[in-house]
Amino acid sequence: MSHAPLSPAIYGILAEFDSSTDLVYAARAAYAAGYRKMDAYSPFPIEEASDAIGFHKSRVPLIVLLGGLLGGLSGYGLQYWINVISYPLNIGGKPYNSWPAFIVPTFEMTILFAGLAGVFGMFALNGLPMPYHPLFNVDRFSAVTRDKFFLCVEAADPKFDLVDTQRFMESLKPLSISEVPH
Amino acid sequence: MQQGPEENTVLMDVPWPDEPPVLGPGQTFGSMTDTIADAVLTRPIGLGWLVGLAIGMGLVAILMAAVTYLFLIGVGIWGINVPVGWGFAIINFVWWIGIGHAGTLISAILLLLKQSWRNSINRFAEAMTLFAVACAGMFPLLHMGRPWLAYWMFPYPSSMGVWPQFRSPLVWDVFAVSTYATISAVFWYVGLVPDFATMREKASHPLTKKVYGMLGLGWRGSARHWKRYEALYILLAGIATPLVLSVHTVVSFDFAISIVPGWHTTIFPPYFVAGAIYSGFAMVLVLAIPIRHFYHLESMITMRHLQNAAKIMLATGLIVAYGYFFEAFMAFYSGSTYERFMMQNRWFGPYAVFYWTLILFNLVIPQVLWVPKIRANTRWLFLISLVILVGMWLERFIIIVTSLSRDFLPSSWGHYVATRWDYAVFFGTIGFFTAAIFIFIRIMPAISIFEMRTLLPEAEVKAK
Repeated sequence: MSHAPLSPAIYGILAEFDSSTDLVYAARAAYAAGYRKMDAYSPFPIEEASDAIGFHKSRVPLIVLLGGLLGGLSGYGLQYWINVISYPLNIGGKPYNSWPAFIVPTFEMTILFAGLAGVFGMFALNGLPMPYHPLFNVDRFSAVTRDKFFLCVEAADPKFDLVDTQRFMESLKPLSISEVPH
Repeated sequence: MQQGPEENTVLMDVPWPDEPPVLGPGQTFGSMTDTIADAVLTRPIGLGWLVGLAIGMGLVAILMAAVTYLFLIGVGIWGINVPVGWGFAIINFVWWIGIGHAGTLISAILLLLKQSWRNSINRFAEAMTLFAVACAGMFPLLHMGRPWLAYWMFPYPSSMGVWPQFRSPLVWDVFAVSTYATISAVFWYVGLVPDFATMREKASHPLTKKVYGMLGLGWRGSARHWKRYEALYILLAGIATPLVLSVHTVVSFDFAISIVPGWHTTIFPPYFVAGAIYSGFAMVLVLAIPIRHFYHLESMITMRHLQNAAKIMLATGLIVAYGYFFEAFMAFYSGSTYERFMMQNRWFGPYAVFYWTLILFNLVIPQVLWVPKIRANTRWLFLISLVILVGMWLERFIIIVTSLSRDFLPSSWGHYVATRWDYAVFFGTIGFFTAAIFIFIRIMPAISIFEMRTLLPEAEVKAK
């Protein structure tokens, strides 16, 4: 039995651009050409770029909302449980459930849980921290934290073909094209 | 050169024709990255920086000595006693936490209002917030008498079976200040992550690269990541805005919920918040003017930033003036003998010299900011900011000391004089703040690099 020699597996093909405009137009063209497993990379947030690769909605706002609701309910619940159930104290004849006095800690707990849920949720959805990523194998990619813009079509895309995809990427007139090794 | 977005709405920061720009000419993505990152990575350590750090550290040493002595002997080494149980500790707490508020205002409220000029000052203003809150947080702990039992403030199932008293504003303060410190810290760190990635790629020393790499969490600028990041950033700004207003409101509740003359008033929350922002912007200018000068950042922190900050000081200063006026008006209009006496005591009592100095420093001198020429002069702005910082400290001194020293019963009146240990702890925290700022500008990008890039006209996607 013999195996055909395996072509070295790659992560994808990376094209480099000089401006946010070029990047967004290239990403739109790649989406129109049927590629879906791809990502655009830029030194600063570009609203149009995520739309161009077909990523329209993030779940971060929902996580922040749920965190806030959880924080508010547990903040009030904590005070209710302490003052009414566990350790009822008569303070100046005020009712055990003195809700106006409980507003401030409830509010602060809402903010605290919403903020922390959002931060941890954002990093978790983004898969960060991720110290290693195949893209870091490409030397030119370091400019993504400075002044260059990149589009990577991943090998996992069903439409990906080493030759065809490379030819398509060249038609986008990038500054450079690199294969991204694993 | 085009400045800012084109939409002609009220909220947008569209400059008048002769106004200085937000960004000096000739900048590119690369040049801005280099200017900000090289101030940390390649700039040699200068004598001025060492001297500044040494002064800060020297004061920190005094702080350590004063705190050690405090722990050994107790709060009796301070000037506090019955009836003035809240002396320097609470004055400094309120002063420092107020200074922190400008950082959150700049990073959150101005972001929501689309004031893009904030992008070059938000990073160190947020750092200022963190360090100021750290200084503020020390004082209630030190004032406790038994600081090693500070965890009793938090609701936890203790073996004693007791819980905090949630009807007390002092417990609200614990929640407000600890939430504020936490949210400010994560907001600051989230903003730093893409810049740590830039530092990781620019650093040459392997160890530096590794440290920035770990702090940067492997950020790679993916469009999906940016989308979630931006969603979070704007939401954090949205929740930090009511948070910052709540913090000084709760601090003012510490006073307003009580029945002490001069404290029991409804003007306190808005007047405290305005005063916080007033002193905070003064501190922003005290930091920004030397930083832009010594680190040659004049093309990023332009006169426009300084002038906008001066205008905000002018506006919040007028709100504070309104507060002073209504404090006096209500004291007489209320018909309460005690309130009326409190006001007369402030004007003519033993602390009158501090009251009139505060009126001079907070109300009279800052009015020169109406003159455009003074707003355009960094030396004047620096001096006026220092004057406002002193004035706001005196305001808290007057509120706390005059009301407590002479309240209802003349037989229980007293006189408060701070001791050398009060001053040692106060100046010690100023040293802590100074040292922290000096260390911060050497190890982290003092200006948000990725947000500065979005200010360039090239950042916008244009029609092809």
